[in-house]
Amino acid sequence: MKNANIAAILVASAALLGCASMQSAGWGSAADDASFAEMIRTGFKAAGPVTLERLKQDETQAFCSDPVASQSAASVKKAEAIEAANLATVKFPADGKWLGDWRAGERVAQSGRGLTWTDAPNQANGGNCYNCHQISAAEISFGTIGPSLYQYGKLRGNSDEVVRSTWTKIYNSKALNACSNMPRAGHMGIIREKDIQDLMALLLSPDSPVNK
Amino acid sequence: MGNAFRNAAFAAVVCFAPFGAVAQERDRTAEGIEAYREALKDGNPAELFEAMGEELWKKKAGPKNASLEQCDLGLGPGVVAGAFAQMPRYFPDTGKVQDVESRLLTCMSALQGIDTREHVEARFNTPKKNELVALATFISGESKGKPVKVSLAHAMERKMFELGKRMFYFQAGPHDFSCATCHGQEGKRIRLQDLPYIPSKEGAAAGWTSWPAYRVSSGQMWSMQWRINDCMRQQRFPEPVYASDMTVALSLYMAATSNGAIVATPGIKR
Repeated sequence: MKNANIAAILVASAALLGCASMQSAGWGSAADDASFAEMIRTGFKAAGPVTLERLKQDETQAFCSDPVASQSAASVKKAEAIEAANLATVKFPADGKWLGDWRAGERVAQSGRGLTWTDAPNQANGGNCYNCHQISAAEISFGTIGPSLYQYGKLRGNSDEVVRSTWTKIYNSKALNACSNMPRAGHMGIIREKDIQDLMALLLSPDSPVNK
Repeated sequence: MGNAFRNAAFAAVVCFAPFGAVAQERDRTAEGIEAYREALKDGNPAELFEAMGEELWKKKAGPKNASLEQCDLGLGPGVVAGAFAQMPRYFPDTGKVQDVESRLLTCMSALQGIDTREHVEARFNTPKKNELVALATFISGESKGKPVKVSLAHAMERKMFELGKRMFYFQAGPHDFSCATCHGQEGKRIRLQDLPYIPSKEGAAAGWTSWPAYRVSSGQMWSMQWRINDCMRQQRFPEPVYASDMTVALSLYMAATSNGAIVATPGIKR
């Protein structure tokens, strides 16, 4: 277990460093904007429900697509402005209910479906959580791009502050870290409010296997 | 072929890992997969696609009733051995940087008189695309064991390399994904799948030098164009245009970054 603990610490420190740990020497900045735009224009076609609209970047995406500038000291203010703009999008639960059903949350966390050109447009989207995070101990097939969330609630408690920041992170991860690798699940309409409530229960409910 | 048997055997290796000492089990699973890959190397079904590709290369076809044997893959007309290891590259006759698949389209059109629009439009895993995948598999196999030696001497090659690198970091779509989301950090995984860190030589080589590859999970032979197509699908991007500059730029970025690594195509994958 010792190695696993060390790995967990490494993962956590990597998460703290966030995008700053991304290797940066050169990212294609020598490619001029006009050629790049033309390459994008001729490089894709609509497929099923997925149209070329998907390639229009918002300000956050444009900023974070330059891994050098977005991590530079000169960009700190811009990064803060992007975080503030993303924070302003966060909608807390309309019914005041923060924690839903952890069992339903586990299903959302397991599912990576939704929004590709092969997915049915009317199906429920998944949260993709296990692709990048360890969550419950029973699921050994988890990714490591994000930090481990095992014992998330047990380690943090469920104070008002923890509950709100967790909701914020799921709803719009870029509110807390402008160039986080994590999708903005609520803001971009990937999952619904109920799904977030259920994921919140998975992470924070004392009954959830995550906190056993 | 026994594909079903192989797939079932693979599933057994992957899925019957009991819970418990989690990290240890994971290592054992990875070892199991590795052992399984080793066992398969003796009889990689990709060889069938190589044979099919060679046949297509030599077969007279199209309005001009010609074979592809005089196709110039960069080392002169008809030279296949070692050509893949130096692609993508700039071709003066088209004025473009081309990967093996876009170059094949050029040769089919010029030598055989074939209108390749159907090949470009065809979905993967349909006969027209399978022809190109088989041809690419054959050609890549003729570079097996050779070091990747992709040139950045021509201005167009340098331009495409920079465009590919910029594409690698381009975020868009509902999930804000770019190639770098998964392949921009060292030593990460999606679920249990190790992710090559493509900006490093070793990572680029892990990505570049083993495609085209036979995919055990689907029983399909995938070319790099298909690999990139499915990456973009999972990025929630629209579908890449087959053999477009975007796909070639990404390929050149990976290939040049892996320069010096040994070509191991056709590979075999999960």
